[in-house]
Amino acid sequence: MAKNILGREIPEFIEGYGKPLLFGGAFARKPEGNAVGAKIRCVNNDSTDKRLPDVKAAIIASGLKSGMTVSFHHHLRNGDFVVNQVIDACAELGINNLTLFPTALFGVHKKLIEHIKSGVITKIMGSVNGPIGQLVSEGGMEVPVTLRSHGGRPRAVKAGDVHIDVAFIAAPASDKYGNICGTVGKSACGSLGYAFTDAQYADCVVVITDNIQPYPASPVSISQVHADFVVEVESIGDPAGIVSGTTRVTRDPLRLLIAKYASQLIEASPYFQDGISFQTGAGGIPLAVTAFMKEAMIKRGIKGSFGLGGITSYFVELLKEGLVEKLMDVQSFDLGAVQSIAENPKHIEISADWYANPWNNGAAVNMLDVVILGATEVDTDFNANVNTEADGALLHGTGGHQDTAAGAKLTIIAQPLLRGRIPCVTDSVYSVTTPGEVIDAIVTEYGITINPRRKDLLDACAEVKGLPLVSMEELSARAKKMSGPTDPVETEDRIIGVIEWRDGTVIDTVKQLKKK
Amino acid sequence: MRRTMLYLPGNNPNMLVRGYLFGSDGLILDLEDAVAVAEKENARILVSHFLRQGEFGDCEVTVRINGLDTEYWKDDLAAIVPHKSLQGVRVPKVEDAGMVKILDEELSHVEEKNGIPVGRTKIFCLLETAQGVWNAYDVAKASPRVAAIIPGGEDLVADLKTSRSPEGTELEWARRMMVFAARAAGVDALDTVFPRVTDDEGLRREAAFIKQLGFDGKSVIHPNQIPIIHDVFNPTEKEIESALKIVAAAKEAAARGLGAVSVDGRMVDVPVVKRAEYVLLKAGITEVE
Repeated sequence: MAKNILGREIPEFIEGYGKPLLFGGAFARKPEGNAVGAKIRCVNNDSTDKRLPDVKAAIIASGLKSGMTVSFHHHLRNGDFVVNQVIDACAELGINNLTLFPTALFGVHKKLIEHIKSGVITKIMGSVNGPIGQLVSEGGMEVPVTLRSHGGRPRAVKAGDVHIDVAFIAAPASDKYGNICGTVGKSACGSLGYAFTDAQYADCVVVITDNIQPYPASPVSISQVHADFVVEVESIGDPAGIVSGTTRVTRDPLRLLIAKYASQLIEASPYFQDGISFQTGAGGIPLAVTAFMKEAMIKRGIKGSFGLGGITSYFVELLKEGLVEKLMDVQSFDLGAVQSIAENPKHIEISADWYANPWNNGAAVNMLDVVILGATEVDTDFNANVNTEADGALLHGTGGHQDTAAGAKLTIIAQPLLRGRIPCVTDSVYSVTTPGEVIDAIVTEYGITINPRRKDLLDACAEVKGLPLVSMEELSARAKKMSGPTDPVETEDRIIGVIEWRDGTVIDTVKQLKKK
Repeated sequence: MRRTMLYLPGNNPNMLVRGYLFGSDGLILDLEDAVAVAEKENARILVSHFLRQGEFGDCEVTVRINGLDTEYWKDDLAAIVPHKSLQGVRVPKVEDAGMVKILDEELSHVEEKNGIPVGRTKIFCLLETAQGVWNAYDVAKASPRVAAIIPGGEDLVADLKTSRSPEGTELEWARRMMVFAARAAGVDALDTVFPRVTDDEGLRREAAFIKQLGFDGKSVIHPNQIPIIHDVFNPTEKEIESALKIVAAAKEAAARGLGAVSVDGRMVDVPVVKRAEYVLLKAGITEVE
C-alpha cells in the first residue's frame, strides 16, 4: 500500500483497474510520446450512403464483440433513449462483457442495472449516479468504476489509457453521410461538445439520429469524415428530459445569501475588471452568483470576455446585453441556450478536449478567471469531494470540477454549511475529487473562507469593508458544534471506485459499503 | 437602527438558527400568529432555549408574545425575559395605555424575580385596531419601556371594514398617524409587513413611500425583503458626501469654539448636524476625520 501526495492510501495494484499511478500534485504529471489514434478507414465513391436499417444492423456492421468498449455522450441528459436502445440490442445479439464508457449517465439509464446484473456490462468508466451508483457502492459490479473529469476523459482516450471500439453518437440531426449537429430537430440539445473525442478516436462511429437531413446537412458540428454508419430511429430522446425550460435564479434566501458572499469575494478579487471570464454552471447558488455579478458589473461598468462550460439562458442574456462578449459552450442546459447556439455566432460550440483536457496545447479552462463550484464536502485542507455522499455511496460524476478548479485563477466552492444535519466541512473528506491546492475559497452562509495559500486574496478582501471573512478553523468548529459527532462510514476492503485526477493519476479510491 | 426587523417562526429551529445571517437590524422570534395553538408550548420552550444559547450577530432581539387577551402571555414572559439576549417584546393588539401599563408591571415583576435591572426589556406595540391607532400617542407615552409603535396590517384592515389594496390606500392615514404619534412621544415608528414576498418592485415602492412619511423601518416576513428595504433606507452616496462635509465642519467649528458654520453656502446649525449624523449612522460611518 502506497500513499499519494495527499496521504490517501492507494494499493499497488487494483483488481480490474491495474497498476495505479499515484497523484503527485495538480500539475505534476507530464505526457510522454505520441497520441494514440483510431483505426484508419477508407471509404471511396462506391459508398455514398452510410445508412443502415436499424441499431442491430449497425452493431453487427461495427464489428462489436463481447469484451469491447462502447462509448456514448450525455447531451440528451435525462431524456436519452440511445444508451438503453443500444445496450438492449447488444443483449439481444448475445454480446456481453462490455465496457461502458459514457461521458455521464442519468436516472433514465437505471435500466442498465439489469444488463449489469446479467453480465452484458461488466465495467463502467464514467460517472454513476442514483441507483447505478448505489448498486456499484454496494458491490454490485466485479470491476471498479473509473471516474474521470470532463477533461480527464479525452486525455485518457488520446493517451491510450482507454480505447473506444465503437462510439454510438446520438445526433439531433444528420445526413446520410454522417454530418451531424445538435442544434436542429425535435431532439435538439445544442452543443455536442462531449461527442467530439469519441468521434475522432473510436475505431468505429455509429451515428444514431431521428432527423435525417438532405446531404450536405448544415450546420455541422462533427463532420462525415468520422462517421462509419448512420441509423435512423423513431426518436433519440424525450425533449422534456433533454432541455429544461428557462433557468431562473433561485429565491431561496439561504442560497441567495451564499451567492451574495461569493459575488462579493469576486468583486474584491483582482479579477473583477474588464475582460473577466467565468463559469458558473446551472446550480441554484452558482446561477444566483451570476445574477449578483451582473448587478455589480453594470454598477461598476465592467464587461466580461466570455462565459464557459455548461450554458444556461441566463448566460445567453448576459451575451445579449453585452456583459460578456462570447459564450464557449460544451453543453447547452436549457432551451434558451439551444436557440442561442443555433443563431448567434458569438455563442461557440467547444469540445470537451478544447474545454478541459490537460494534455493538449491549452484548454479553455486555462483562460478562466473565476469558477463557482459545489461539493458534497470540503476538508480543512480545502480538498473537495464531489463523488461520494456522506454515507460513502458513489453518487456523483466528477464533471468539470477538477478541470475548472485547476484552470481558473479563482476557484470558489459555494455551499451551505449543513445539508440537513450533514456538515459540508469536515476534518478529512471521505474521498478526494479535487485537491485543496487548486481551491481558493469556500463560501457558506457564515461567510467567506479563504485558503491561507492565497494570501493575496486575503489581503484584497481585508481591504473591503464588511466582507464576512471566516477562518477555516472557525468554520470547521462551527460545523462540528452544529452537527455533533457523526458515525464513520463502514466499508469492506474491496475497492469499487477509482477516482482519477485529470492527468490519469489516482487521487483516491472508494471502497464497498458494508451491508447494513 | 431599525430599518428591518425579521419575523422568525418560533417553532422553526432551522430559521431560528440562521435568521441573524440575513443582516436585518432586528429579529422578532414569533410566538403569536406563526405558531398554531397546539404548538404554543413547544415554541415557547424552543425560543427560550434559543435565547439562552443561540447566536444573533448584531441584531436587536425581540419576541412577539401572545396577546394580553390570551392565556399565554404571562408564561411567554416568564420563559423569555430572564435571558440576557432578549432586548424587547413585541405585543400584539395594543388598544390603549392601560394595556401597556399592565404589561409593564408584569415585565417589572419578572425582571425583579430574575435579578434583572427593572426596565431593561423594551416594549414594541402593535396597533392593530382602529382604537389602538386612535390611542397611538397615549400608548407610546404609557411607559418608558416603549421603543416603537407599529401599525397593523391585515387585522387593522379587517377592523376598518375594508380590504388590503396593492396601493395601501386604506392604511395611509394610520401610517401618517403612527409617524406623528411616534415623533411626538419620542419613540420609533415602524411599518407593518409587506405580505407579497415575491413582489420585489411593490415592496420597493412601499418602502420608499413609508420612508418618505418618516418611518424608521419596516417589519419583514422574508429574508429576501431585507436588502430591498435597506437599499431604500440607506442614504445615497450624495447624501453621505454632504453629511460628511457637515459633520466635519461642525467638528472643526466646535474645536475652534465657534457655534454655527456655513457649508457650501448653507447655514449649518444643530438640527442639520443631527440629521447629518443620522445619515452617517445609517450608512455605517461612525468616525469622521
